[in-house]
Amino acid sequence: MVERLAMPKSWRLDSKPHKFCPGCGHGMVLKVLGEVIDELAIQEKLIFGVDIGCSLLAWDFFDVDTVQTHHGRTNPVMVGIKRARPELLCIAYMGDGGAYAIGSQHLVNVAFRNEKIMAIVVNNCNYGMTGGQMSPTTLPGQKTETSPYGRDAKETGSPTLGPEMVAAIASPGAYVARGSVTNLKQLKKFMKKAVENQLAGNGFSFLEVISCCPTNWRTNAKQTWAFMEEEMGRYFKTGELLTAEKDEGHS
Amino acid sequence: MDKLSHEEKRAFMTGNEAVAWAAVAAGAEIMNGYPITPQNEIMHYWTRLAPKFNKKFLQTEDELSAGFTTIGGVLGGKKAFSATAGPGTTLFQEPLSMAEMMRIPMVLVVQQRGGPSTATVIYSQQEVNLVTFGGNGEGWRIVYSTSSHQELYDYTIKAFDAAWKYRFPAIILGDGYQAKMRESLLMYNPEERGILLVQPEVFVGKPGLPGRDRPADHLRNAFSVEEELFEAAMNIQQEYDKMAAEIVEADEQQIDDAKVVIIAHGVVSRAAVAAMNRLRAKGHKVGYFRPITLRPFPEKQLQAVAEKCSNFLLVESALGQLARLFKEALFNVPIKSFQTIYKPGVGITAEEIVEHIESHG
Ligand SMILES: Cc1ncc(C[n+]2csc(CCOP(=O)(O)OP(=O)(O)O)c2C)c(N)n1
Ligand code: SF4
Repeated sequence: MVERLAMPKSWRLDSKPHKFCPGCGHGMVLKVLGEVIDELAIQEKLIFGVDIGCSLLAWDFFDVDTVQTHHGRTNPVMVGIKRARPELLCIAYMGDGGAYAIGSQHLVNVAFRNEKIMAIVVNNCNYGMTGGQMSPTTLPGQKTETSPYGRDAKETGSPTLGPEMVAAIASPGAYVARGSVTNLKQLKKFMKKAVENQLAGNGFSFLEVISCCPTNWRTNAKQTWAFMEEEMGRYFKTGELLTAEKDEGHS
Repeated sequence: MDKLSHEEKRAFMTGNEAVAWAAVAAGAEIMNGYPITPQNEIMHYWTRLAPKFNKKFLQTEDELSAGFTTIGGVLGGKKAFSATAGPGTTLFQEPLSMAEMMRIPMVLVVQQRGGPSTATVIYSQQEVNLVTFGGNGEGWRIVYSTSSHQELYDYTIKAFDAAWKYRFPAIILGDGYQAKMRESLLMYNPEERGILLVQPEVFVGKPGLPGRDRPADHLRNAFSVEEELFEAAMNIQQEYDKMAAEIVEADEQQIDDAKVVIIAHGVVSRAAVAAMNRLRAKGHKVGYFRPITLRPFPEKQLQAVAEKCSNFLLVESALGQLARLFKEALFNVPIKSFQTIYKPGVGITAEEIVEHIESHG
């Protein structure tokens, strides 16, 4: 029997311990999400959509209706549900590959249309599930299985700045932020505001989370932390890029 | 108001318009689509009907999104559909494969255009391979190939019913000629004809707190080990086979004394019937067989025909796509002769068929 102890109420006990690798950031993000689900009491009307990528492992993570979709297609599936049933809350959960590579056209258009769903992108700088290939957010010089000599920005471009891109094209009412698993207090604040933004029906809610993939990074706990804080932190700035209040100031 | 009020109405319209009306009659609530000729007018009519009948529409960024948002609508418990053609049918294979695996009753109208690639926006029967066995799967779809506006109307209604009853994606396979041509048909409200429409059901977002009042719905398409997938696949196949016996449809005429049987599907079967009638008038013993469901394929019906007459002339506006289904259905069945008229992307007239049979016997 798994001890409930510090687990969010919305977590499903039968599927714990979860299936992510030890030290993986996904577990931390989903803990924060679980707490937010509990605190905002949204378990009953939440639909959780998980992408293909390590996100798919969360298909039975919560006691929440959950749909596993295809790689990159979680945003459109959630859009379809939300438009059919506007009273529900829809959260699309995906990796940086799903969001910024194969599903980028969906992300851009969801943002343009200001769809009233929320997207969480777990940015771990690589394709975790398929064994550590280069992804849109792989850092310049970072070695991956498909950039064995380090990512060359001249050849393969610079890391995608997801929240900056979404903020640049989003409409009033959208919420856009980037948090990090190295600062769970701030992450929870952003997560909560993003969910509340959908609850209020304001517009698209977008949250990127700086996360880690110790398995493919081949890092120990200390190195993992340092990579997120220093290397990723230098490139990906945490903070809120767009909030409903900020929009009001502009309009 | 979200239903047709009229009991029956004779109309003269394009096939695309007939499809839009039929979707309303079938109780569809949502259409999501991406423009492509020759299906565009389905969206045009739907968006005009939408406010009057309280329907929803979303123009998506591509066919992937059209398919996946349609799936979302279905998961939310609504009858939802899309329409596409050609390269769009290619993109639709991805959402269709998810619908096959997760038993999601999405409905798709395909108005075939020329292929491969961009080809023509006009007409063909070259999307048979894609609609029957496209995707990385086993062809767990229902495909109705229509030949007239009346059938577009009837089978659109049927497709929604079959999809929701059996939980497989359903495709209405038309073509550019049927889409754009005007023809008369009888529109009706199925419920007033005593047809009980299958009601949609909610997949996710049912009432009650998951984990307390009810188990949460966890819907997946990925499996951890081979055996898990094997079991799931065998279950789905079994249910598909069970359904097949109930929904498979074919049309045949004048088989009993036939010396040659013309095989065709879709709009080409009209030329086949006309040719048969003309040849009969001249004393030639000609019959005709047409699969209406291309998936599941009416194998037994075709085998029964082959027992009576197995001199076949197969006619299609493609290079052997129907023929592939035909040959599979008659695997190991001895046949006397097999001739073909293949015209990829081009219409086929009764005259051509008559001439072929008169000169080849
Ligand atoms: C259409 C398609 N192409 C490729 C794949 C293979 N694939 C599975 S997961 C994945 C990458 C996942 O990376 P990311 O989205 O960054 O998530 P992570 O695993 O890192 O959390 C890929 C390419 C797939 N499932 N579907
Ligand atoms: S491969 Fe990486 S992202 Fe996936 S579960 Fe393991 S550590 Fe986490």
